[in-house]
Amino acid sequence: MAEASPWTPDQPIIEITDIHKSFGHVEVLRGISLKVRKGEVICIIGPSGSGKSTLIRCINALTPFDRGSVRVMGIEVGAPHLDKLALRRRVGMVFQQYNLFPHRTALQNVMMAPIQVLHQPRREVEARAMALLKKVRLEGKEHSYPGQMSGGQQQRVAIARSLAMNPDIMLFDEVTAALDPETVKEVLVTIKQLADEGMTCILVTHEMGFAREVADHVYFTDRGVIVEDGPPAELFANPRDPRTQAFLSQVL
Amino acid sequence: MQTIAAWFHALYETTGINLTIIYDAFDRARFINGFLVTIELSVICIFFSIVIGIVGAWLQGSQLVWTRRIVQAYIQLFRNTPPLVQMYFFYFGLSNLLPRLHAAGGDQPLLSGFAWACISLSFFAGAFNVEIFRSGIEAIPHSTLEAAEALGYTRLSAYRHIILPLAVRVCLPALNNNLVNLVKTTTLAYAIAVPELLYVSAQIWSDNVNVPEMMVVLLLVYFALVGLLVLGMHRLEFRLRLPGYSRT
Repeated sequence: MAEASPWTPDQPIIEITDIHKSFGHVEVLRGISLKVRKGEVICIIGPSGSGKSTLIRCINALTPFDRGSVRVMGIEVGAPHLDKLALRRRVGMVFQQYNLFPHRTALQNVMMAPIQVLHQPRREVEARAMALLKKVRLEGKEHSYPGQMSGGQQQRVAIARSLAMNPDIMLFDEVTAALDPETVKEVLVTIKQLADEGMTCILVTHEMGFAREVADHVYFTDRGVIVEDGPPAELFANPRDPRTQAFLSQVL
Repeated sequence: MQTIAAWFHALYETTGINLTIIYDAFDRARFINGFLVTIELSVICIFFSIVIGIVGAWLQGSQLVWTRRIVQAYIQLFRNTPPLVQMYFFYFGLSNLLPRLHAAGGDQPLLSGFAWACISLSFFAGAFNVEIFRSGIEAIPHSTLEAAEALGYTRLSAYRHIILPLAVRVCLPALNNNLVNLVKTTTLAYAIAVPELLYVSAQIWSDNVNVPEMMVVLLLVYFALVGLLVLGMHRLEFRLRLPGYSRT
């Protein structure tokens, strides 16, 4: 029925309904549902192994799920003949390990997908890529290779690379977890800027201070379920569930 | 040219060291032709063996079990049999099963010995190249492929633009080895009368009874030829190194 009801901005941009996912005998997602509205910033927090990363990887079909449904702007992600390109144009993703292409410069990393995947004209893409690198404050680094940049710089190139595809949604999978404490900030500033511009963002993060600052809504997950969710002010100040309380007392 | 030839002729008269390939125009032409055939054979086989390697490594990653099995069978067959036997199989076995061409001078085989040497050596080196490229591909972190997928790359376009260029960098030293081996193995074409360097040299030493001289010449020519290839491959390795990753 995906074609029958095209997505309109008043509907949730992402709608996850009761998804389940097992790796072998381990059920990492045990019935998670959530809705994200356009322009919202969502943070998913929780202990390691709680299924946070798996959850957001289900949104852009990097990890197939077993049961339930995920709809992204009207696209049924679990459909057997999913148009992956259509989905991935709308959903950008940034990884913990940056995963830049080490044989290409920062600028080329940003330009590659629009040229090679979307076949957009090179000149246009280059102008946009330069602007994006400027936006993530990497002017002058256009011709550096990933191996010549710091972790924080590489991660900002990775963000620019995703943005070059003009996505409607950005997924951030523990993007600061591999960074030095000093460089965490430069990446967070970039994400904050995106969030302020109205980009729909879903972050899996361990940066509680940042989650409290930018999130519109925070989900606490543990062992494959959402234990508790709410606006950050509420969830961080008055967690109701004992598991949330225990987790927050450890990390805050 | 004339004086050099005269000098080598005098060398023969005085010392008995007989290098007809320098002072005798006929032998010189034969030798140069043989050298060119060796180069031609090497270049063609290097090219096609690399193509086979790239395509084979891609097919090995296929979802289809039978595609993978066929590639695996090909590798096993060509890796576990002697290249000379393979060449005989193609030239004497397969060639006789193919239709013959009717030409003016009588029946002609469809493919020449040179063509069969190209085919057999390309398949021989290609089998090793598939494994070499596969090892390079397996060295690329899966997360790199995921990043490409998340950007909308299909499996084929990610292979072409990201995985293969990175894998080539990883496997260049191993590829280098195999191509060196391939160039040396072109001498086997001697066995099916392809007039390459070894074959023409044998003709020359039979005519002139200068076996020791020709052996030294052959050794040095192959040494130089393979040395040139290795030099080229090292240049390529240097040019393709990943800035910020490789040792200085």
